[in-house]
Amino acid sequence: MRRKLDVEPNELLMNCIRDKLHLTGTKYVCGIGECGACTVLLDGEPVLSCLTLALDADGKDVVTIEGISKGYELDRVQQAFVDEGAVQCGYCIPGLIMTTESLLQENPTPTESDVRDYLRGNLCRCTGYMNIIKAICRAASEPRRKASSE
Amino acid sequence: MYTNQINTRILYPSFEYFEPKTPEETAALLAKYKDAAILAGGTDLFIKMKQGLIEPKVIIRVKQPSFIEERPDGFHIGAATKLRTIEKSEAVIAKFQALFEAIRVIGSVQIRHMATLGGNICNASPAADTAPPLLVMGAEVKILGANGTRTVALKDFFLGPGKTVLSKSEILTEVHIPTPRPHTGTSFIRLSRASMDIAKISIAVMLQLDTNKRISDARIALGSVAPTPIMANKSADLLKGNRLTRETLNQASQSVAGEIRPITDIRGTAEYRKEVSHVIARDAIELANRRAEGS
Repeated sequence: MRRKLDVEPNELLMNCIRDKLHLTGTKYVCGIGECGACTVLLDGEPVLSCLTLALDADGKDVVTIEGISKGYELDRVQQAFVDEGAVQCGYCIPGLIMTTESLLQENPTPTESDVRDYLRGNLCRCTGYMNIIKAICRAASEPRRKASSE
Repeated sequence: MYTNQINTRILYPSFEYFEPKTPEETAALLAKYKDAAILAGGTDLFIKMKQGLIEPKVIIRVKQPSFIEERPDGFHIGAATKLRTIEKSEAVIAKFQALFEAIRVIGSVQIRHMATLGGNICNASPAADTAPPLLVMGAEVKILGANGTRTVALKDFFLGPGKTVLSKSEILTEVHIPTPRPHTGTSFIRLSRASMDIAKISIAVMLQLDTNKRISDARIALGSVAPTPIMANKSADLLKGNRLTRETLNQASQSVAGEIRPITDIRGTAEYRKEVSHVIARDAIELANRRAEGS
């Protein structure tokens, strides 16, 4: 989906996504690059939308958590999180899933230690890491479905 | 610092923003706006702004130069090259292992997709992870100002926490790393509490061997143990001229503690840093030696 927006130089990508596009799946937590909850894909690369200017997204492809499912059909990573019971309060999950999407794009067959290393910038304060790691390993072993793009 | 009273959700609209197309345009803007902040990846600048530590009136965005090139005199990396790009460069992995290892442990993959090499250097944190490896590799940096360019050895670049030889109208454009000689090994080791943390102490070692496996050149550099990243030249000199034995290894690694001036802060005590310096020095020297033998 192509959107044309007027943004201010001080406007952060996260706020543009949440407040202007009303896509509230992308979460604000720490605001200082520690937690990864605001992760979105900018031209396929995972970045922190709380430290990225909205104008940096000019002409680029932005994928948020809303953009990876096909309507009500969950993407394989989302489905794996559901199947493994990886979600507790849920606030960190959109960021975790976006980072996982990038991991699987780069490395379709990650080991558990690859997963832990790649996801180390995504914090879950419910500390439900065990099932999150299981879910990601499970998603990696599932056959790939074509993800829809926003 | 009253972090909890600061709103980290927004950036205040308190600055004028410029996005120059070339380094020359950047230099011209810097000459005009002396107190401008340079924005590269934003992973340090925006955090400081959100925490109310700085309030720049002018922000100049720098997106170029971004490149990694091999030339006859070595590797040239554009200052605005993303850390992730460098980390994924086959040439860097093969030839500058310590730099690869240092970049790999910086922040998270998201941070490395945003942060730049020039930003890590110019921020001049004593804990900058790219500094020790670049120091042992004999890196130099190219600086552009209103009056043209100059080149400075990285070991002369840092003056103190957040302070460098850059004047307010200058900008770092390029990092040059000389091609390593044959039989050279490098290593990098960092101690930190959790993976996203800043280093308590870090060390990089470069060893060059002759055909008899004797150490013909050695360099050691450390981070988070002085107001700037520093070189431990006396300790490195103890390694030169001999094969690496248990004795020279112990001598050199124990001497490192005498060359550092750590402070006690939130991440560790000065005593701990001194104590642990010889352990990571020993490991890093052994690793560099093994790699030099294998190369």
